[in-house]
Amino acid sequence: MHTILSNTQLAPNVTRLTVTAPRIAQIRQAGQFVIVRSGPGAERIPLTIADADAAAGTITLVIQAVGQSTKELVALQPGEELRDIVGPLGRATELPEHGHAVCVGGGVGTAVVHPIAQGLARAGVQVTSIIGGRSREWVIFEEELRALGTTIVCTDDGSYGRHGFVTDALRDVLAAGGVDAVYAVGPVPMMRAVAEVTRPLGVHTIVSLNPIMIDGTGMCGGCRVSIGGETKFACVDGPEFDGHQVDFDELRDRLGTYRQYEQAAQDHACKMGQG
Amino acid sequence: MPVNEQISAKERMAIARVKMPEQDPQVRNRTFTEVNLGLPEQLALLEAKRCLQCKVAKCIAGCPVLVDIPRFLGFIVDGDLEAAARSLLGDNALPAVTGRVCPQETQCEEVCIRGLKGAPVAIGYLERFVADWARDHLTGAFMTPAPASGKKVAVVGSGPAGLTAAGELIKLGHAVTIYEAFHTPGGVLVYGIPEFRLPKEIVRAEVARLEAQGVKIECNTVVGKTYTLAELRAEHDAVFVAVGAGLPVFMNVAGENLKGVYSANEYLTRVNLMAAYDFPNNATPVLKGKRVAVVGGGNVAMDAVRTAKRLGADEAMIVYRRGKTELPARAEEVHHAEEEGIRFDFQVAPLEVLGNDQGWVTGLRCIRMELGEPDDSGRRRPVPVPGSEFIFPCDIVIVAIGTRANPLLTSTSPDLRLNRWGNIEAGEDGATSLPGVFAGGDIVRGAATVILAMGDGKRAAKAIDAYLQNL
Ligand SMILES: Cc1cc2nc3c(=O)[nH]c(=O)nc-3n(C[C@H](O)[C@H](O)[C@H](O)COP(=O)(O)OP(=O)(O)OC[C@H]3O[C@@H](n4cnc5c(N)ncnc54)[C@H](O)[C@@H]3O)c2cc1C
Ligand SMILES: Cc1cc2nc3c(=O)[nH]c(=O)nc-3n(C[C@H](O)[C@H](O)[C@H](O)COP(=O)(O)OP(=O)(O)OC[C@H]3O[C@@H](n4cnc5c(N)ncnc54)[C@H](O)[C@@H]3O)c2cc1C
Ligand code: SF4
Ligand code: SF4
Ligand code: FES
Repeated sequence: MHTILSNTQLAPNVTRLTVTAPRIAQIRQAGQFVIVRSGPGAERIPLTIADADAAAGTITLVIQAVGQSTKELVALQPGEELRDIVGPLGRATELPEHGHAVCVGGGVGTAVVHPIAQGLARAGVQVTSIIGGRSREWVIFEEELRALGTTIVCTDDGSYGRHGFVTDALRDVLAAGGVDAVYAVGPVPMMRAVAEVTRPLGVHTIVSLNPIMIDGTGMCGGCRVSIGGETKFACVDGPEFDGHQVDFDELRDRLGTYRQYEQAAQDHACKMGQG
Repeated sequence: MPVNEQISAKERMAIARVKMPEQDPQVRNRTFTEVNLGLPEQLALLEAKRCLQCKVAKCIAGCPVLVDIPRFLGFIVDGDLEAAARSLLGDNALPAVTGRVCPQETQCEEVCIRGLKGAPVAIGYLERFVADWARDHLTGAFMTPAPASGKKVAVVGSGPAGLTAAGELIKLGHAVTIYEAFHTPGGVLVYGIPEFRLPKEIVRAEVARLEAQGVKIECNTVVGKTYTLAELRAEHDAVFVAVGAGLPVFMNVAGENLKGVYSANEYLTRVNLMAAYDFPNNATPVLKGKRVAVVGGGNVAMDAVRTAKRLGADEAMIVYRRGKTELPARAEEVHHAEEEGIRFDFQVAPLEVLGNDQGWVTGLRCIRMELGEPDDSGRRRPVPVPGSEFIFPCDIVIVAIGTRANPLLTSTSPDLRLNRWGNIEAGEDGATSLPGVFAGGDIVRGAATVILAMGDGKRAAKAIDAYLQNL
């Protein structure tokens, strides 16, 4: 059992949970994730470890409530228990020890890119962060990223920071030169767009993929993604891959596998009075 | 004088093999409740009388854990079910499981003398009968606590190998903790083998019995991630690794990442462990196909295809490379599948999964095979028949062509010696290349059987005990 210590709303449907998980807090590395299950009958949901406090024995999860299971998770209040947390899963981010890296975060992906930026900064890499949201209220983790290096905020509607997409800002930063690597986490179309911006420049680009997962240990193959024409299991071979090798079409397509069921789950929850 | 000696051999020979009462095929192929209903006491008694109580009982040698079959059958005939249960449970820790899932026809029953002329004694059915009786009547009676040895053993994996080893080790007074990756213990018994063949309640009861005896179980612990093997070894006096062979093998044909293609592991895990058949009461979904093709011919393939039928498929079909006689699945499962309306297409190899522009599976392109020249193993290899290609239209394809060793644990333990398939190298007693680390079950043998995994667990427990005595 894992106790929820805090629940903070960061953006209209993005919530930060701090939860006890001493072993994971102690050993997790940037880029790794956990799988949580809120109770009997619940789904197993993969979530990036956005932050951790080894001394306090806690990890931070930043959750975008997109469907029934994530809605249930963000409804958990301090003092309540999360039944199952397994991890840390996945490979850790391969961190260079010098140079200049740009971290691009879109929406809840900003929370996922944060531990990577943290790891890079700790390793001695110069970090520039470019983060974006639909409008001002959707921008998250700005403070945390500013503490690690230059941070450019973009909003789609211009209500805060720079008007436009993160890719526009990325083009400018790349044009100035001296960028060794780009880390991008966000919605599939955003990661694809980033990869297309960096591809002609030959800048090494790492993306963190979010296919549907079950076990997270390589036993089901449900999380398979095509990387350079080869099938990989994102939970054990990733979740980070070379953005220039990823088949984003296939990833987006496979993420839609259960669309009709997702609606049914929400309707069911409404009927049961939990929706 | 025990009753059983008063029956003449002739009388015994005159009794016909019992038929297992089962749900009607057309009813059961829509539900997940158990197919076999179990023998009523009277039928069990009659069947037990068919045993000739051979002085040299060949059946015992046919059983990988050497269950003393005539002994427990004799007690049934005597009407002393408690003695039967104690005898059986002394030889086999999970008889309610093995009685249901052992491939008896190639083990104990294959060599039963009564099989020479007619049908062998239904050892599996009787094993199940006694085990089920014990579950209802003997609760708690088996806990003879041994004095604590002060030694700690870690068991990695809670499948049949791990559960058996834990049971043996706790009886010997060692402190045992099982580390399990999933949120529920049981291994393949809970995530692979479906409810209609092995009710999960049985596994839960076994696990509860171990816990009552003092075995600790830490779920949600992936060894190789949460802890390394070396860390566990440092914290315990010995480790038994029984992580199974959980890595799915795909066909490597075009279209395999289309929506609607599953590994059997994923499909069965969704339906069994996550109870997707009861969606949305359980939150995990599974695709329900109208026409489902399952590639493979083992127990896993049979479980997947019968599950697909139960989830509402109009047509569920097995696509197998070889012929019917070569199906590796238990005979009873093949028979049950046929009764339930499963179609079989033999000597067929898939070439490609076909899909539409929305990325959904629409069919399986296949080619017919014929038997060619014998290969090194003496088996005649199937070879494609030119021009025999055809398309099986379907919306789900389930790949059940085998599993391999998952490298998650072994890759983080470089000193642990593996064979060329990635399985852990272990001796007869489970000893590995690392002192104090033992291994057994599918991670050593490759995908095998429940009873072989249990046998490994039992032998390794003995070896671990000896190792601990010498520390
Ligand atoms: C390695 C990894 C790290 C992730 N980290 C985060 C994170 O830090 N914060 C966050 O908010 N989300 C994260 N996700 C995505 C998150 O797991 C899904 O949003 C969540 O599972 C959706 O569940 P649901 O029932 O609420 O939504 P549903 O109604 O089931 O689905 C909504 C959307 O989520 C996708 N989805 C459904 N089930 C899964 C699943 N089991 N795994 C992945 N995607 C799924 C669907 O394709 C759909 O697009 C991560 C995913 C992965 C694989
Ligand atoms: C669908 C299906 C049907 C089958 N039907 C039959 C049958 O009818 N009869 C029969 O005799 N055999 C059958 N088998 C085979 C039989 O189930 C296996 O041979 C047997 O379960 C192997 O036991 P095991 O203890 O070695 O491993 P498993 O049962 O595979 O258990 C291994 C356990 O270890 C856990 N684990 C894995 N990696 C880690 C890790 N790194 N850290 C912690 N825990 C870990 C797993 O989650 C799992 O719980 C079937 C198999 C399948 C898949
Ligand atoms: S354990 Fe299996 S092989 Fe042994 S007697 Fe029982 S059914 Fe037969
Ligand atoms: S071989 Fe058959 S008849 Fe003989 S003891 Fe075994 S079960 Fe009984
Ligand atoms: S989630 Fe099952 S193999 Fe990756």
